[in-house]
Amino acid sequence: MTAPAASAHHGARRVLPGFRLTLGYTLVYLSLIVLIPTAAVFLRTMDLSFGEFLDVISSPRLLASYRLSFGAALLAAAINALFGLLLAWALVRYSFPGKKIVDALVDLPFALPTAVAGIALATLYARNGWLGSIFEGLLGFKIAFTPWGVLVALVFIGLPFVVRTLQPILEDLETELEEAAASLGASRWQTFRHVVLPVLTPPLMTGFALAFARAVGEYGSVIFIAGNIPLVSEITPLLIITRLEQYDYTGATSLAVVMLVFSFAMLLLINCLQSWSAKRTGRTA
Amino acid sequence: MSIQVSHIHKRFGSFVALDDVSLDFHAGELVALLGPSGCGKTTLLRIIAGLEQADSGNVILEGEDASERHVRERQVGFVFQHYALFKHMTVFDNVAFGLRMKPRGQRPDDASIAAKVHALLDLVQLDWLADRFPSQLSGGQRQRIALARALAVEPRVLLLDEPFGALDAKVRKELRRWLRKLHDELHITSIFVTHDQEEALEVADRVVLMNHGRIEQVGTPEAVYNHPATPFVYGFLGSVNLFHGRVEDQVLQVGDASVPHATGGFASGAEVFAFARPHELSILTDPNATEGLAASVVRVLSFGVSSRVELDGRGSAAGQHFEVELPQAEVGKLALQPGQHVRLLPSRLRLFERSTPG
Repeated sequence: MTAPAASAHHGARRVLPGFRLTLGYTLVYLSLIVLIPTAAVFLRTMDLSFGEFLDVISSPRLLASYRLSFGAALLAAAINALFGLLLAWALVRYSFPGKKIVDALVDLPFALPTAVAGIALATLYARNGWLGSIFEGLLGFKIAFTPWGVLVALVFIGLPFVVRTLQPILEDLETELEEAAASLGASRWQTFRHVVLPVLTPPLMTGFALAFARAVGEYGSVIFIAGNIPLVSEITPLLIITRLEQYDYTGATSLAVVMLVFSFAMLLLINCLQSWSAKRTGRTA
Repeated sequence: MSIQVSHIHKRFGSFVALDDVSLDFHAGELVALLGPSGCGKTTLLRIIAGLEQADSGNVILEGEDASERHVRERQVGFVFQHYALFKHMTVFDNVAFGLRMKPRGQRPDDASIAAKVHALLDLVQLDWLADRFPSQLSGGQRQRIALARALAVEPRVLLLDEPFGALDAKVRKELRRWLRKLHDELHITSIFVTHDQEEALEVADRVVLMNHGRIEQVGTPEAVYNHPATPFVYGFLGSVNLFHGRVEDQVLQVGDASVPHATGGFASGAEVFAFARPHELSILTDPNATEGLAASVVRVLSFGVSSRVELDGRGSAAGQHFEVELPQAEVGKLALQPGQHVRLLPSRLRLFERSTPG
């Protein structure tokens, strides 16, 4: 926003009051809650020389954990984007018995303590569990205590993000646009692909980013179902905890720095993609 | 292309939107569906387009029953009140949309699409906006783009749903004239929905008046205006003054006042509604006059070619409001004052039997 030029004479008086108060509050709050703790992580890591730092963060066991943490988080976010879209579509566009219950169920992963979710998932997908017995017993596909188990847990906790970001946009989407497309001869698929999806892409990316960010940092629900086998199903947050339990604080913060930088880079990339797509389609003029 | 709808019924829950509607639209004509909101006019248009399904009845396009055909296959161009432009596409892409969505075999190549889009943008006089996005256009420009987009697929019929409803008065008037001109160039069968009687009378070849899901009257603008078939049509097509009266020999008895009127066609003693347009009333200032209805002047509005006088009824007409339209000069001569007692004398009355609904 640019301040109106005419107001420059009067010491940039604004129409909306409270600018200084809100900005000041925002900065103090963000510093206390986000910036200072994050900086502390970096400072703590400074105890190590750069060479030592590289050694700590590049052991094979850690490299395997990065792959799993970020790989599974990306895949889980992608799965959630796809099925979250379907869910949001069904919830907004159709009315069916029990719709309110389904809508409330979506929030369950938000509300459930993660450890409870983790134990529930582990029990369900273990060899003797309801689903585990089907997958493992009949299909010979192990889920619990493998990387697939990690993926299942991350999909579970990320689901609400996509659904809840898409729902309001879908509700606002005029059905007239689809009617217009149909009257111009577009098929159902063409209408979705060229008219509906472009409108949904920005919220879909936001939901994806949120689900991804949550999944990268997830601990409680994952460790029970992951089995935590070194080099196979260990996630990075687990290794951080392990370090902490051994009183190796510098080692723990080193890993934290890696996660921070990675996550930040990913989110930045997603944001850039978003603004690029917005510019391309003239939403920011 | 000619369109027939026959015996269309449509309900939404317990609300009857269309009640046995049958109409003929001739090839190449521009027809207005006119009526108050909720009269079913938009529903009828959407059923013709195939955006809505009738509960019963048929839509016949060029002699062929299209009731079961999808909107995609009906080859109708539809223009929405709120434009329904694709916001994430440029004006060019919006207009090209219909052409690009054609099945691969029928799809023109990029060069001919571009040529066609530019020709259409020229037609709506907005070629210089091809690279803009809809959010950067004014309402009138958006609606013209929407029209160009609908025309791109060479529809056999053009259906417009309150096309100028969201625009301000001046742009409305401009676009109205422009639409008429465009229709005279293209001669595509067009139906447009409006609740604005001036718009309907000014633009259309024929006007269909609708009320409560039924057709009240169909005719040319002159015919429906000069010979309204029902009290509803009379009331809807302009300002009216209404009297409740009883027919007696050669006069109409309105309360204790009598008004001279040729009572042709009505039996003596019949209860009637009598209508007069504002310009069909004259004001008598003579305090000794006994003819006409007693009224008192409320306000005189003198701007424009003619002046309007607002009056309240007195005596048996108490509680009623009247409006009289007079030439400026005449109002000056009468020198009316607010509160002044006068009498109103209709020069022409249109009578409807009281039992008719409305």
